[in-house]
Amino acid sequence: MHQTVDAALGINLLHANQAGADHNRAHFDQWGITCLNLMSSPGAGKTALLERSLSTLSKEFKVAVIEGDMTTELDAERLRQFNIPVIAINTGRSCHLDAKMVAGGIHRLEHDYNPNTFDLVLVENVGNLVCPAEFEVGEHAKVALLSVTEGEDKPLKYPVMFQEADCLLITKIDLVPYLEVDVSRIIANVRQMNPHAAILPVSAKTGEGIDAWHEWVRSQHQTTSARQKAGLAIEGHHH
Amino acid sequence: MHETDMTKALILTVKDWWESQSERCAVSKVYLTVGQFTCVEPASLQFAFEVQTQNTFLEGAQLVIQETPLIAFCHQCQRDYHPEIGIQYACPTCHSPMEDIRSGRELKIDRIEYSEAEYAPNC
Repeated sequence: MHQTVDAALGINLLHANQAGADHNRAHFDQWGITCLNLMSSPGAGKTALLERSLSTLSKEFKVAVIEGDMTTELDAERLRQFNIPVIAINTGRSCHLDAKMVAGGIHRLEHDYNPNTFDLVLVENVGNLVCPAEFEVGEHAKVALLSVTEGEDKPLKYPVMFQEADCLLITKIDLVPYLEVDVSRIIANVRQMNPHAAILPVSAKTGEGIDAWHEWVRSQHQTTSARQKAGLAIEGHHH
Repeated sequence: MHETDMTKALILTVKDWWESQSERCAVSKVYLTVGQFTCVEPASLQFAFEVQTQNTFLEGAQLVIQETPLIAFCHQCQRDYHPEIGIQYACPTCHSPMEDIRSGRELKIDRIEYSEAEYAPNC
């Protein structure tokens, strides 16, 4: 006999991914690692930013990079010169990293290195302004990059990414004199949907604004570490 | 085509539920709520679902999508407003930023309709 039954679920469509992201974050918390998820359209300068930043950040922090790329290891190769672990994840046809793929990266970090000694994991997501915003990977904060060549209206057209960002880097700021672009309009457009994000104009080429970005990373690491220590203290209390 | 991945995630979530049931039921309908302020295009989702459920436990199941509009609450004006996606998100009256989204971010599996008849001979 066929009897039709209804089950009320009321759960998030991305429930499985969310659970995976929480699991990843729990690992990071346990190891005292701050994880940042870098997202942007292709060519906004995520790898260039990392190339500029890693020489400084790797002196202060023990850093690893998880690098999402659709088919190649080209970006990962660019970052290996800094003598830090660069874990490349080929996402295949998938246009974003999801929690499960990053879990694979974390597993390699755990297997090949001593994760307890790391402070910072930078996830370079696949270049895409749309879906990485919906797929959490276990990060403590989201960093969006928007280059000045992409136009002022991008935040209006791809609002979810910019609404979710904790930090927005306006990249290639050195090109402003050659373009008809009004950076204040980019900022105003982002502010329409995100009053809280740190908005930092940077140039990976000239180094302009890079100190402010590093300062933001330091403060994120500080906040996250404090939260992790408090969390572990509470956990310890229960045992 | 990120709806492919979105659908993969949806199927995984439904599968988790399905496997947690004591009996392997036959799912006939999956009801979704998809907000307008998400990265999901319902038509693409519909198509991807049809393709990806072939030869799975969800084969033949129907995806029913209800869309919810983007509604934000302006604390300055103490009222709801409808931001215009792609054009204007700030409050049209006082221009405060869109901060408190009341509707439009949903990506939710509301309910699942199934029949209690066995799904496979082995169950």
